[in-house]
Amino acid sequence: MTILVKPSGSPPEKLQPTGWLKYLSFSLDHKVIGLQYLVCGFLFYLIGGSLAGAIRVELISPLSDFMPREVYNQVLTLHGTIMIFLWIVPVVNGAFGNYLIPFYVGARDMAFPRLNAVAFWLIPPSGLMLITSYFINGAAQSGWTAYPPLSITTPAAGQIIWILSVLLLGGSSIFGGINFIATILKLRRPGLKLMQLPMYCWAMLGTSILVVLSTPVLAGTLILLSFDIVAHTGFFNPSLGGNVIVYQHLFWFYSHPAVYIMVLPAFGLVSEILPIHSRKPLFGYTTMVFSIMGIVVLGLVVWAHHMFTSGTPPWMRLFFTIATAFIAVPTGIKFFNWVATLWGGKIALNPAMLFSCGFIINFVLGGITGVALAQVPFDVHVHDTYFVVAHFHYIVYGGSVFVIFSSIYHWFPKFTGKMLNENLGRFHFIITFIGFNLCFAPQHWLGLNGMPRRVAEYDPQFQLINQLSSVGALLMALSTLPFLWNILQSILYGDDAGDNPWNALTPEWLTSSPPPVENWEGEAPLVLEPYGYGEKHLNKTQEEKK
Amino acid sequence: MPKLSAILTLTSSLILGVGGVWIAFNVDMLPVSASINAPVYDELYRVLFIIGSILFIGMTALVIYSLIQFRRRPGETGDGIDLEGNISLEIFWTAVPAIVVLFVGLYSYDIYDRMGGMQPLMHDHNGAMDHQAERVWGGIGSGPIVSSSTQNSSSLPIELTAMQFAFIFHYPKGDIISGELHVPVGREVSLKMESKDVIHAFWVPQFRLKQDVIPGQPTILNFTPTKAGNFPIVCAELCGPYHGGMRSNVIVDEQEDFENWLKENSKESI
Repeated sequence: MTILVKPSGSPPEKLQPTGWLKYLSFSLDHKVIGLQYLVCGFLFYLIGGSLAGAIRVELISPLSDFMPREVYNQVLTLHGTIMIFLWIVPVVNGAFGNYLIPFYVGARDMAFPRLNAVAFWLIPPSGLMLITSYFINGAAQSGWTAYPPLSITTPAAGQIIWILSVLLLGGSSIFGGINFIATILKLRRPGLKLMQLPMYCWAMLGTSILVVLSTPVLAGTLILLSFDIVAHTGFFNPSLGGNVIVYQHLFWFYSHPAVYIMVLPAFGLVSEILPIHSRKPLFGYTTMVFSIMGIVVLGLVVWAHHMFTSGTPPWMRLFFTIATAFIAVPTGIKFFNWVATLWGGKIALNPAMLFSCGFIINFVLGGITGVALAQVPFDVHVHDTYFVVAHFHYIVYGGSVFVIFSSIYHWFPKFTGKMLNENLGRFHFIITFIGFNLCFAPQHWLGLNGMPRRVAEYDPQFQLINQLSSVGALLMALSTLPFLWNILQSILYGDDAGDNPWNALTPEWLTSSPPPVENWEGEAPLVLEPYGYGEKHLNKTQEEKK
Repeated sequence: MPKLSAILTLTSSLILGVGGVWIAFNVDMLPVSASINAPVYDELYRVLFIIGSILFIGMTALVIYSLIQFRRRPGETGDGIDLEGNISLEIFWTAVPAIVVLFVGLYSYDIYDRMGGMQPLMHDHNGAMDHQAERVWGGIGSGPIVSSSTQNSSSLPIELTAMQFAFIFHYPKGDIISGELHVPVGREVSLKMESKDVIHAFWVPQFRLKQDVIPGQPTILNFTPTKAGNFPIVCAELCGPYHGGMRSNVIVDEQEDFENWLKENSKESI
């Protein structure tokens, strides 16, 4: 038997569609896959956002009068699942990771291009399956946490489809994680040391370690849960001798690290954006690296803080309180370092910068409420209330989604070769920032005063604040219009961006926009100082030129 | 110049500190406190609010100041200052959050202990129920503060059964079954809870207490009401379509009124 091996690593030309069709193909180019993730994620974001709109419409009045109660629970389950598994996780990891990591390590593609394409193409079918489950007997209605016995007693069809699609999405996530670890550790350009990599590589390395360690636990748990539903086994079913608390431990062993899977890459992206637009080196590179790794280690041992009211022994509550609160230390370092990066810079007030700074402000608030929630005595009052809803939206929307918008404004010229309209972008930022804070800040008060989460009806005394929150949600919905208009307008008629509109030093900017297949025409550039901005560096490079 | 900036830093941090304390004492975001547990909770809340306000306002001010002060003026090119790090600064802002977090952790441990969280849960639920050292998981128990402040040496045992979508209270003394919780002011109540179907949660915002009610796993919640009145009981764990409607009331009576209620109702049920 002879095996023909083509000398070139690139696949034959004819198998790769060109033009826009390549985005609907099983393309192996990491840049195509990155954009596939981004656009696909954004479409799901629009769906998840519409569901959020439905929730906020229901909550305008204290009565359950907009949709049937069962449908309300389906809507909140789908909203949570779509936003986490189909929007934030695939976009901060898959989209930007695939697009940027090979550039940053000086490689021509990811370590396993075919696995990469598989990882992406698992997402659209599982997302569609999840959404269409609504039309087959109704979608899952036990929340994105799917706690048994509720998930066992609600209609089985929707719950099983939910489990299947989360399993597929988890698989996609694991494939991606393995690929990133291999690419970052093994495909580095010779001469490039780990401590010379851009910060996003470290963030993705840390995140991928979390993905690979914790996602299989979720998969195992959901498979056991599906046995309970389909085969009437008794793993988590108390009427058959099962234990519902075990499910919560297993679920949160993944789902707390999932928060870091959503925010660590965002931390990495911000670390790329801030130095370029403030024309300064990233402050404290080494401490940034160690704090990412600190967050990874601590993030794995804090899960039970989601279970302080579930019935956990006192020693366990104390351990998880202290471990959780200590995550504030490495996280705090990163925020102080970002502010120090801004300090004394020449800051361009463009949309990318504004969204990044909006992220810092929102996330600090979300972090503070997070430390408060970590304290058992504080948590026993506000657990499972709108206070928690406010907290985690400050983390995942005020944090990750703001960074996603920031990154789109920052890398759009690289993706397309066109510039976005900056004024429209600033307008988008202002509406989003006001809408977001109007929507979620009042929810802290709601939670403290007695409004539980996941309810379709509530005490009439909360009506005014809920309406305020719904107005904020409306502003958030409207804010996507200038953004979409800006994108369409710029793709069709935007100004030419040139190869490096921001005068950046990181390797993705040292090639054409959009970059060719395999990234560079010649040899990959060796960037030893990705953050070499600042006056002294500038003088040095000018002297070298002379 | 360094002197001026030092004075500025000092004044602004002073204003920030005083402002944080002022905000925490003047912005009241909590409902009425109606249990022994609640004032302790409110104290913790206030401390967290002070620290949180200082940090949040401080960071926001720094970001906004940097954006305005260091913005790129029209026609300006060139780079910012060449500053890659500063070891002493970085040690400073590693140490400060570490100390703050350590303080908050120890302080909330103290609060937890004062709420009775560290008390071993040994409960004599008079009757044959507990013969085989049943494992009961608990919410916050009632600690030493209770025994010093109340004349009643024993707590009032009540059993709660939660189901879709109601709370059913059972008083072993008098064998009363009620949909609302009647308790006397100033006496410790020991609520033993179990669910018939899915997970529910028992939450009284005015008591600042919450405990999940779990099928197949009894849980205990101890509390001592301090204020007569009518407070909502809210289910706080998604339990099905009518989760939002799963509410009841806790009616905290004066001692005599409670005795009367107990008498009236136990006669009927006997």
